Amino acid sequence: MSDLSGLYQELILDHSRRRVGDGELADPHASHHELNPTCGDEITLAIRLDESGSTIERIGWTGDGCSISMASASALTELATGAEVEQVRRLVDAFRTMMRSKGAGEADEELLGDAVAFHGVSKYVMRVKCAMLAWVALEACVASATARDA
Amino acid sequence: MTLDPTATLGGRLPATLRDQFPYLAQELNGHPLAYLDSAATAQRPTAVLDAERAYLERSNAAVHRGASTLVGTSTGAFEEARATVAAFVGAGDREIVWTENATDAINLVALGMADASAGLGGSEADVFALRPGDEIVVTEAEHHANLIPWQRLAAKTGATLRWIPVGDDGTWGIDDAASVIGDRTRVVAFAHVSNVTGFAAPVADVAEIAHRHGALVVLDACQSVPHRPIDFGALGVDFAAFSAHKMLGPTGIGVLYGREQLLDALPPARTGGSTITTVTMERAEFLPSPHRFEAGTQPVSQAVALGEAVRFLDGLGMGGVHAHEAELAELLVDEVARIPGIRLVGPPPGAPRAALASVDVPGVHAHDVGQFLDAQGIAVRVGHHCAQPLHRRLGLRATTRASAYVYTTADEIRRYGAALAEVRGFFGAGA
Repeated sequence: MSDLSGLYQELILDHSRRRVGDGELADPHASHHELNPTCGDEITLAIRLDESGSTIERIGWTGDGCSISMASASALTELATGAEVEQVRRLVDAFRTMMRSKGAGEADEELLGDAVAFHGVSKYVMRVKCAMLAWVALEACVASATARDA
Repeated sequence: MTLDPTATLGGRLPATLRDQFPYLAQELNGHPLAYLDSAATAQRPTAVLDAERAYLERSNAAVHRGASTLVGTSTGAFEEARATVAAFVGAGDREIVWTENATDAINLVALGMADASAGLGGSEADVFALRPGDEIVVTEAEHHANLIPWQRLAAKTGATLRWIPVGDDGTWGIDDAASVIGDRTRVVAFAHVSNVTGFAAPVADVAEIAHRHGALVVLDACQSVPHRPIDFGALGVDFAAFSAHKMLGPTGIGVLYGREQLLDALPPARTGGSTITTVTMERAEFLPSPHRFEAGTQPVSQAVALGEAVRFLDGLGMGGVHAHEAELAELLVDEVARIPGIRLVGPPPGAPRAALASVDVPGVHAHDVGQFLDAQGIAVRVGHHCAQPLHRRLGLRATTRASAYVYTTADEIRRYGAALAEVRGFFGAGA
């Protein structure tokens, strides 16, 4: 299955089984539901900020979808939990840029950590939305939580 | 199973048939393409591609407009295609309306009924007028194209939408239909063959029940017309819809069949040029069918190509096509049924089904199944196949569907079975 190894890297298959962050979050500061109507994949992702409102303290999500979308939510949770809001915005931007690259260039491993494993997914145009699902939900959560604070 | 693993059709259809489909000769991800997605769209033989080009090179002109020699030629080709399609489904020429696609054909009926309910179309359109208390009956297994137009019609008219329930395998029987269809029923709309389960509805029996209660019968024939001999008159349906691109023809054109006297009375939902007899500043009078429905420029070269596709299928013989596909269906089910843990949706092994099979691979999402097959050159459809309510009823969100057609070989089905057997192992979802 060497053809598929670029898409289904071990790290992605591992995250799709571990599902870090899987479970509803109590008392979230923001929650967002995201649906991919073409395949039916969906996620409800919620965040809690710390007391200062500048750091994401916890992330929780419930979802149903392919291994790419669920692994992406898991990797995102690991990466963004404990990160400052500004850093999370940079993460989302960097992840989106990587997913639009169609496999070209080098992903920013220093910033994205394990999430660079999804670089290979960007070559599969029909799967990019799967990988983006949780990140779009996180972006919406951050926007809504910080707007409320302002 | 006595199919030749390399040739098409166990000798039923010409061994050279595959050579006539250039698309099928290509590779997918380094493997010979096994195209098992014909229920979504079929590939076209060279004869169909050539017919469209030949029309455009020699005969193209506006149809039914003007009086030149050129218009005579183009109009002749356009109407000859209609006659060819009509004969193919046991219809008269005036019973075949060109539409954008099958979805558009169903909408044309539902929208025409909404117009009739609003008083357009006069007393002869009364048969189409719905009122609060009237009922529209569909099944739980419908493609969204044969569900949403009826939801909208119910919402516009105050009629109630009801549905024939399906069992745990997604199929239904004549008793289920009889328990829902009643004296309030005005329309019964259902698929001849389900695009998810491959189940073939007892059309003539349902039509008989519907007509006994004075209801109209609308058949979604997208998955039947390409695959078996069809005579809409003998089936007893009032309207039917099918699509050219699923029967070796082009995209951009579908067909609405309707009984002549009904089509002549159905208000045209889309109006404009070439649908009329007399137009004043206040009002318009419409031509009889089919032209009352064909507003604006028509998909002419596509109609000509569809006519050629029908000639191609006629040349193979629809009886032989159906028999070939019945064998492939059996093989497909055998291949799936021997893999432990795979859930086959639809009729059980041994029961009749169209040459398509949707499966759930426990622990692996359909998109991942499809991707795994894709990497081995096997093209299938994944998702809800535009039938969300059916999937919900089956407790599934998405399935993986393999579907065969005239050019599908037993070898391709076996490659699919072998690859499907490896999926759970690859994704670590158990052996």
